[in-house]
Amino acid sequence: MNAVANAAGFPILSLITWLPLVGCLVIMMVRGDEQTVASNARWTALWTSLLVLVLSLVLWVKFDPSDGGFQFNEHVTWLPEYKVGYSMGVDGISVLFVLLSTVLTPICILASWEAIHTRVREFMISFLILETMMVGMFCATDFVVFYMFFEGVLIPMYLIIGVWGGPRRVYAAVKFFLYTLTGSVLMLLALIAMWVHAGTTDIPVLMHTMFPAGMQNWLFLAFFASFAVKVPMWPVHTWLPDAHVEAPTAGSVILAGVLLKMGAYGFLRFSVPMLPQAAAHFAPFMFTLSVVAVIYTSLVALAQEDMKKLIAYSSVAHMGVVTIGIFTFNVQGISGALFQMLSHGVVSAALFLVVGVVYDRIHTREIARYGGLADRMPGYSLVFMLFMMASIGLPGTAGFVGEFLVIIGSLQVNFWLALLGGMGMILGAAYMLYMYRRVIFGRITKDDLRHILDLSPREWAVFAPLVVLTLWMGIYPSSFTSFFDASVGAMVQQHTAALAATTKLAGIMH
Amino acid sequence: MLFGIAVFAPLAGALVSGLLGKAIGDKGAMGASVLGMVIAAICGPVAFFQLTGGADPAVLDLGSWIESGRFHVDWALRYDTLSAVMVAMVSFVSMLIHVYSIGYMGHEARPRYRFFAYLSLFTFAMLMLVTADNLTQLFFGWEGVGLCSYLLIGYWYDRPSANAAAIKAFVVNRVADLPFAVGLALIFFKFGSVEFSTIFPAVAQHGADTYSLFGSTFSAIEVIGFLLFIGAMGKSAQLGFHVWLPDAMEGPTPVSALIHAATMVTAGVFLMARMSPLMEYAPYALGFVTFVGASTALFAATVGCCQTDIKRVIAYSTCSQLGYMFAAAGVGAYQASVFHLITHAFFKALLFLSAGSVIHAMSDEQDMRKMGGLAKIIPITCIVMWIGNLALAGIPWFAGYYSKDAIISATYAAGTGIGMYAFICTVLAAFLTAFYSWRLLFMTFHGTSRADHHVLEHAHESPWVMLGPLVVLATGAVFAGWALHGWFIGSDWPHFWNGAIFNGPHNQVIEHLEDVPGWVELAPLVVGLLGIGVAYVMYIANPLLPMRLAQQFGPIYRFVLNKWYFDELYNVIFVQPAIRLARLFWQVGDVTIIDGVPNGLAELTSDGSREVVKIQTGSLAVYAFAMLIGVVVLIGIFMLSR
Repeated sequence: MNAVANAAGFPILSLITWLPLVGCLVIMMVRGDEQTVASNARWTALWTSLLVLVLSLVLWVKFDPSDGGFQFNEHVTWLPEYKVGYSMGVDGISVLFVLLSTVLTPICILASWEAIHTRVREFMISFLILETMMVGMFCATDFVVFYMFFEGVLIPMYLIIGVWGGPRRVYAAVKFFLYTLTGSVLMLLALIAMWVHAGTTDIPVLMHTMFPAGMQNWLFLAFFASFAVKVPMWPVHTWLPDAHVEAPTAGSVILAGVLLKMGAYGFLRFSVPMLPQAAAHFAPFMFTLSVVAVIYTSLVALAQEDMKKLIAYSSVAHMGVVTIGIFTFNVQGISGALFQMLSHGVVSAALFLVVGVVYDRIHTREIARYGGLADRMPGYSLVFMLFMMASIGLPGTAGFVGEFLVIIGSLQVNFWLALLGGMGMILGAAYMLYMYRRVIFGRITKDDLRHILDLSPREWAVFAPLVVLTLWMGIYPSSFTSFFDASVGAMVQQHTAALAATTKLAGIMH
Repeated sequence: MLFGIAVFAPLAGALVSGLLGKAIGDKGAMGASVLGMVIAAICGPVAFFQLTGGADPAVLDLGSWIESGRFHVDWALRYDTLSAVMVAMVSFVSMLIHVYSIGYMGHEARPRYRFFAYLSLFTFAMLMLVTADNLTQLFFGWEGVGLCSYLLIGYWYDRPSANAAAIKAFVVNRVADLPFAVGLALIFFKFGSVEFSTIFPAVAQHGADTYSLFGSTFSAIEVIGFLLFIGAMGKSAQLGFHVWLPDAMEGPTPVSALIHAATMVTAGVFLMARMSPLMEYAPYALGFVTFVGASTALFAATVGCCQTDIKRVIAYSTCSQLGYMFAAAGVGAYQASVFHLITHAFFKALLFLSAGSVIHAMSDEQDMRKMGGLAKIIPITCIVMWIGNLALAGIPWFAGYYSKDAIISATYAAGTGIGMYAFICTVLAAFLTAFYSWRLLFMTFHGTSRADHHVLEHAHESPWVMLGPLVVLATGAVFAGWALHGWFIGSDWPHFWNGAIFNGPHNQVIEHLEDVPGWVELAPLVVGLLGIGVAYVMYIANPLLPMRLAQQFGPIYRFVLNKWYFDELYNVIFVQPAIRLARLFWQVGDVTIIDGVPNGLAELTSDGSREVVKIQTGSLAVYAFAMLIGVVVLIGIFMLSR
């Protein structure tokens, strides 16, 4: 029943997905006093995640970018009578997100090394489970499998916020859970409806199934309810700032870095290819919400007094650019959206780590409590500056390429979409520079800041890979875009063909 | 090859001094940074002379940058007359500024490696801008100079005013950069490429393309021209976008010289010249360029007449001179505008650096009301500043005489209504230019001293590491116009430019520069001398006159003194509403309205349940409930719609 025939020669995707759980088992078996357990849990989690990272690099090397379809496919029959199978595979759209997850996980574990000191074992277990869920979700090519991972992500994240979070963690965790869950239920219904219609839950098959136009609209709305919350799109974004503020640093990093990508990934995986007519039909609606998100949340970010909240709001604005790009249905727009997702995954993750550095020292995220750090922390200021500039979209950093391609893609749809969607360029500069000024520049006036220490070697190790990625993605983005160029091209072509077919059909009927 | 070295040597200098500055110390960092610039300042001009000596224009491809479907750009350096002349000027002037900074920043308590790293990075960004072979790389340099100006204006980061000025410069530039980026996207949409070598030959075919906007149809080329020019207005501080430039004086003086002479503000003028093959097909956009340029020339000159901060006077003078360059570009005399750009670089760098020398001598005093009679104390600075102002005012045979007169003649020779408007504005501005320049000289160097005697005791001529660059620049301010005008706008210009600047078939402005009536050629000189005379009367012969005039014409004086209230206006119509809107969206939109509903729900479930168990049951109940409702609703809808 096993059908593994791929470039790696073994079921690599399953291995990457499930290996973190092996790490969990090891951690659970550790016995001893609290100190030993904590230390062992940390090291086991780190080595497991590094091993997973190394394995996932095989994907980077062996992936064939010229092939627009799924690769490294695995299939195990699971519920044959319902035509549901355990199938895995990655295409150009998902492969880099697998890598993003496996890169960020060890960074998060390293960043929690000292910041998490209670229930370390449970924390590390949660994190490794989270990694399994994230990677599994990006690898799944069966809708049921996807759904289980998609929902599964919620549980460890809920625990990470609810157990290791700040003072209002319970409120934030429940809000996070409720928001994201409500949408998910509707997606489950859509899933059932699709299965009833197509008789299978295999994603590649569903991508080539034509659903009737009326049904497409309902399915689109059901998906929208789920994905829009995850993105998050305006006006269902308010769970995000709360979740970020209360989550521990590593939780914020994964939330911003990977979890926010799930919604946009869903749009790209399901809504656009499976429901082309509905996607085209609802595109103006999506554009409107996205443009509002960009301008509205950028303005709100301007007024924030909490560093994490500010970056959380900026994330909503950046994801607004992503949803604009997806629904332009042209190569530049969708590639830009994908690139923006990746760069935001790196840059916003890095920015949350940047906040974490001073939070670990002073235990506050209030902007007004800082000021003048440049004198004491030149290394930190430099790193912060780089990621801030990347967030603003300075050419030569990761942030530019995605935003720029989306502007190019959206202009092909509408002038105002490009101009208003690009407003983040201006407002982003305003709120980020304003925050940077209040935190880094000026004179030190607070006593506890006079002896604050610059980045430690461990913190440099956390930031170094992100610095390299940010510059690499900005100076030589082709090494990333080449992964998804073929897949995006195929998707756009299929979308155009599907729309043309409907128009033709309508022409015959009239 | 030399050309590539000229571009990347400053980057190498910046990286070494910036990243290794702590390890190699200030001296090592300065050495690395200056060495990089010296290499660039040798290679850049040599590459330029190779080109004038008959070398072929070329494109140096460095590798691919962004690829997405049909969209594709490379990192590439374009080597033609326009870029070579810019590289030669930028690298040379910037090198002098680097050398000068060694002396100027000598008293700085903080580590200086950061400063030199930024200076070199700034130069690199500008070089990337002028050598770009496509608009996206140009945008890279464009934003790069924005970043470096932000870093340098805010160099003294413990000063609130410097921080504010730095943010203002970056954000105002960003406002203009967005239309520029959209214009770039429109070029790709219409031409399928952003590379110059693909766009330029195709412009003629696309001349009739249209683009719908505001419910009407426009020529696509015109729309592109307008959008690009808005970008240029931001970088070059033209009317409306000029507000960041005077505030940029918060940076150390060498930075002002770099921003105003060699890098940054000239980018917009360069863009117009670079895009001349496209702009030539956008007559309305060009008319707008002339209008804005001429208006800025006059506006900034009026403001310059009332400033008392020595650097701000020169800052407004830059703004005004950039207006001249745009006025020339708008009437199709791109050659004249680039010519003025180059000569201006010499004398404006000279003026700023000698102002720096004055400030240095006066223990950081910048207010001209507390100066006077300094000629005896700092004679060399005084002489070079005189030379700079003679060049700026366009006194015969100094550099500005050739380039500024060419611009004024060009506006007249254009023979259009908007050209005539520009002619009047620029002649009036020439009068004001001469006036404020000599006002500056008289207030600073001549008459009786108004300075504090403690300051005067310490006043001293600057060291030679600062005076050396001044003397070199002064030489340029004397001879550059005379030496270069044959190439740039003389009879042999088509051979010199070799196609780097394009003039449409109907554009004969450069050919007709010499054909204007005699009085047109004389006018700038006459009004210039008049301006000097008025300044003499008001600040030497009768020093009380300015105050009496200010009292008599109070409203006008205050209007000009307050820079036509642009800052206040922008504060009211942009800044304040944005802040209020931000609070409204946050407190009312997010907290009250959007969160109102789910908060109620969440509180219901989490109310009084600190223990985890209760929360879990709570959310499980909600889970089940939501699921049930969802199932019912969806199945219902499903059955109905079938």
